[in-house]
Amino acid sequence: MAKVTIDGIEVEVPNGASVLQACEAAGKEIPRFCYHERLSVAGNCRMCLVEVEKAPKPVASCAYPVADGMKVFTDSAMVRNARRNVMEFLLINHPLDCPICDQGGECDLQDQAVAFGRDGSRYREEKRAVKDKYLGPLVKTIMTRCIQCTRCVRFATEVAGVPELGATGRGENMQIGTYVEKALTTELSGNLIDICPVGALTSRPYAFVSRPWELRKTDSIDVLDAVGAAIRVDTRGPEVLRIIPRTNEDVNEEWMADRGRFSFDGLKRKRLDRPWIRREGKLQPATWPEALEHIAGKLKGMPGSRIGAVAGDLVDVESVYALKALMNALGSQNLECRQDGAKIDGSRRDHYLFNSGIAGIDEADALLIIGSNPRKEAPVLNARIRKRWNSGAMPVATIGEAGLDLTYTAEHLGEGTAVLDALLDGSHAFAKVLGEAKKPMIILGRGAVAREDGAAVLAAAWALANQIGALTPEWHGFNMLHLFGGQVGALDAGFLPGEGGQDLAGMLSGGVDALWLLGADGFEPAFISPGTFVIYQGHHGDRAASRADVILPGAAYTEKEGTYVNTEGRVQRGRLAVFPPGEAKEDWRIIRAAGVAMGVNLPFDTLEDVRAGMVAANPVFGLVDGRIAGGVQDVAGPAAGGTLSGTAFKANLTDYWLADPISRASETMAECSRIYNAAPVAQAAE
Amino acid sequence: MSAPHQQEPTDFTFDADSEAQIAKIVARYPEGKQASAVIPLLYVAQKQMGRLTGSAWVPRVAMDAVAVKLSMAPIRVYEVATFYFMFNTKPMGRFHLQVCGTTPCWLRGSDDVLRACKDAGHLKGYGDTSEDGLFTLSEVECLGACVNAPILQVDDDYYEDLDYDRTVKLIESLKRGERPAPGSSIGRQTSAPEGGPNTLLDIPMMAKE
Repeated sequence: MAKVTIDGIEVEVPNGASVLQACEAAGKEIPRFCYHERLSVAGNCRMCLVEVEKAPKPVASCAYPVADGMKVFTDSAMVRNARRNVMEFLLINHPLDCPICDQGGECDLQDQAVAFGRDGSRYREEKRAVKDKYLGPLVKTIMTRCIQCTRCVRFATEVAGVPELGATGRGENMQIGTYVEKALTTELSGNLIDICPVGALTSRPYAFVSRPWELRKTDSIDVLDAVGAAIRVDTRGPEVLRIIPRTNEDVNEEWMADRGRFSFDGLKRKRLDRPWIRREGKLQPATWPEALEHIAGKLKGMPGSRIGAVAGDLVDVESVYALKALMNALGSQNLECRQDGAKIDGSRRDHYLFNSGIAGIDEADALLIIGSNPRKEAPVLNARIRKRWNSGAMPVATIGEAGLDLTYTAEHLGEGTAVLDALLDGSHAFAKVLGEAKKPMIILGRGAVAREDGAAVLAAAWALANQIGALTPEWHGFNMLHLFGGQVGALDAGFLPGEGGQDLAGMLSGGVDALWLLGADGFEPAFISPGTFVIYQGHHGDRAASRADVILPGAAYTEKEGTYVNTEGRVQRGRLAVFPPGEAKEDWRIIRAAGVAMGVNLPFDTLEDVRAGMVAANPVFGLVDGRIAGGVQDVAGPAAGGTLSGTAFKANLTDYWLADPISRASETMAECSRIYNAAPVAQAAE
Repeated sequence: MSAPHQQEPTDFTFDADSEAQIAKIVARYPEGKQASAVIPLLYVAQKQMGRLTGSAWVPRVAMDAVAVKLSMAPIRVYEVATFYFMFNTKPMGRFHLQVCGTTPCWLRGSDDVLRACKDAGHLKGYGDTSEDGLFTLSEVECLGACVNAPILQVDDDYYEDLDYDRTVKLIESLKRGERPAPGSSIGRQTSAPEGGPNTLLDIPMMAKE
C-alpha cells in the first residue's frame, strides 16, 4: 500500500494504482476522456492532468503510478491552467453543434468544457472535417465530433473481442474507423455509444428523438437474455425511447447486449391491445367481460386433467405463479414452462442454475462449454469469459458446433456426445486439464438438454463436473446457461407437470381440450392438436396468437412490476416504465379476473399478496437482488433417464436478432438480422 | 504498365522471393512477438507489388496477407500502414519521385528540382501520377542528406546536387529505362567538398596529392 496525499487528504491505495485512482479514493473528481476503468490506459486525451509535488510539469494522472509519500494537487493554479488549455485544444477541431447533437445534455465534453474549460477559443482557422463511417445498423457516427480518445477502439479490441476498429492515418489526418467499410461484428456494439464521451458514436434508432432531461427514467431488468442485465428504461409519455444499461458489478458490469438494448421498438409494433375472440373461424375484437366469460363458458365443467397451461420465455414470476394457482384450483396438473423441451425436472435448483455465478467466472481456471454458443446466447456473459480468458491461464474447450468465434481461443473437442463419454472415462486429454484445475467450470447450454437424450446429457455433464472436482463445498462448477429472462423464474415457481400432469408433447398431441398459453411463442403453434381450445395471453401478436381462440392482451416486461430470475438464480425486479397499451393489463390481474369469471377466487388481491404467495411457495423469491451462492452440499446428480444418443449438438438460437416475440416485432432487429445474417463478403485475408 | 489507373487487386499472395525474405525477417523476433515484423513485411509487400506490377504500393489485400502471416487483426496492419508515409496505400507510378523541400534543400534550389520534375515528368504537382504511369511526385521532409542538397529520391536511390537541367536529364534517362548511378550528379565523392579538398591543405600528406 502507498500513502498518498491528495489536496491535503491522506489516502492509502494499493501499489501500482494510478494517481487518478488515488484521487478518486480521496473523493476528488478528475476530468477525463480517454480513461475508462474497464479499459486499458491510453493516456492520450491529457484531460486528467494533476500537479505532483516535485514533478516539473503536470502529469497525466491516469497513466502515472502512485508512489509512497506522493503529494498531489488537483486544484492548483497549474492544474486549472493545464486543463483549460487541454480543453481548448480538444475543442479546436470539435464542431460547436451541440444544439443538433444527440449527445447534448449527457456529453462528457460538454460538461467538462463548462466545468474546466475557458470561456472561448482563440482558434481562428478552419476546423477539420472527417467523413462519417459506417459501423452497422445500430451505431450512428458523426466523426467530425471525434476527439480520438480511442475508447471505442479499446472497447472493441479488449471487451468485445472484435479487433475491427482502429485509428488510421496520423496527426491531423488520423481517423477512427474500420478502414474497410463493414458493420462491426459484435453483439455488444451498443456499448460503444455509452463509452463514447462525445457525440461521435450515437444510437442510430435514438437519433434526433429526445433530450435526456425530457425522459422519465425507470430502473429495471433486461429479460431478453438470461443474464438479467440491469437497465434503465427511458420513456417520454407512453413511449419507451431507449434502454441503456446500469452498473451491476455482479451481473453485467456496465455492458449490455444489443438485442436487449435496441429491440424496444418492437414494444410498439404487433401489440395485442384488446381482447379477441375467434368467432366463425375469425378473430374478432371483444371486450374483457366477453372474453373472460367466453373462457369461463368453455372451461367450466371441463375436467381439470383436460386443461393445460404453457408459460413462455419472457414471463414474470408473478403471472406464472398466478396461472399455476389458477390451474391447480381448476384441478389441473398440466403445467409446462419448457417450451423447448429441455429435460430439466426442476427438483433441485442447482441442477439448472448457473451455479458459479456470473461474477464467479472471474475465479474459474478452466472452462468446458457444452452445446452452447455464449456469444449469441448471453453476449455480456461471454464478455466476462473473455475478460477472464484475457487475464491468462484459463484453458477453454467447447463441445458442439465447430468453428464458433467466441472472441477467445477455445479448443473444439467434438460435435457430439461421444466426447462427453471420452471425458468421463478419462481417455480424453482435456479431462486432465479440467481435473487439474482448482475451480473448473462446465457451462451446459440449455439447448444441449432440449433434445431426446437431454436427461442423459444433463446427467453426464453433472457427473463430469463431479468427477473433475468442480462440485465441492466451496465451489460449484456446474452451470446451465439459459436463453431468456423468464425461464429460470418459471422453473423456480415450479411451473412443471405436477403429479399425473402432462408435459408439452402430451398437451400438444391432444392430451388436453383447453390450452392456456402465457406468452408461449417458443414452439410451432401448428403442432397444437386441431380440436384444442387455445387461450393466448401475452403482449405480441406473434406465432401463437394467430392460433388462439381467445386472446387476452397482457403487458410486456417494461409495462409491469415483475420478478425475474436470471440464469445464475438472482431474483431481480423489473419495474413499470410505461403502462400497457390499449386495454392490455398486468398479467396476474388477468389471470385472477379469469378465475373470478370461472368461480375461482384466487387468494390474492394485490401485488403484495401475489409476492407473499410466491415467497411462501418458494423462499428464494424473497431474496430480491440476491442469489444463494456457495458450493455443493449434495453431489447427487440428476436422474439419467436414457443413454447418450451420440448426435451432434445444434445451435440453440437460429437467429440472435430475432429470438423472441419482442425482437421479432422490431424493425431495428429485422435490419440487424438482414445485415448480420447476409453471407459475409469473401475476403482475400481468409 | 497502366499504373495510374490501376484497379484495386482482389487478391494478393507473396511470391517465392518475398516468402524467402519473410522467413528471414520473422525469424528475427522471439516466438509470440511476430507482430513486430509488420513494418518490414509491409515493405516486402510493397516491393513485390513494384516488382510484379510496376507500381510499388500496398493494396488492402496485401495488408490482409501481412495480417494473416503475422496472426494480427487486419485493422492493426491498416493502422501501421496508414501511419507511415513510406507505405503507399494508393497506386503509384513506376518511379516515385520524392522531392525534399526542407530548408537546406529549399535554399539550395529544390524549387528548381520540383519544376524540373513537373516539366519533364508531366506532373501537375505533389501527389500526382503522370498519365503514362511512369512517375508519382511526392514532397518529403528532410532526407538527411543536406550537405549534397538539393536531393531527389527516386524510389530508394538518392540523386544529389541537382539543378533544373540535371534533374530533367535524370528523368529523361529514367524514361528510357536507364537507371543512372545514384549519388552526386556533379561527380563529387560522397559528401566531400565540391571541387576537391579545400581544408587542411598544408598537411604534407594532403598537399602531395
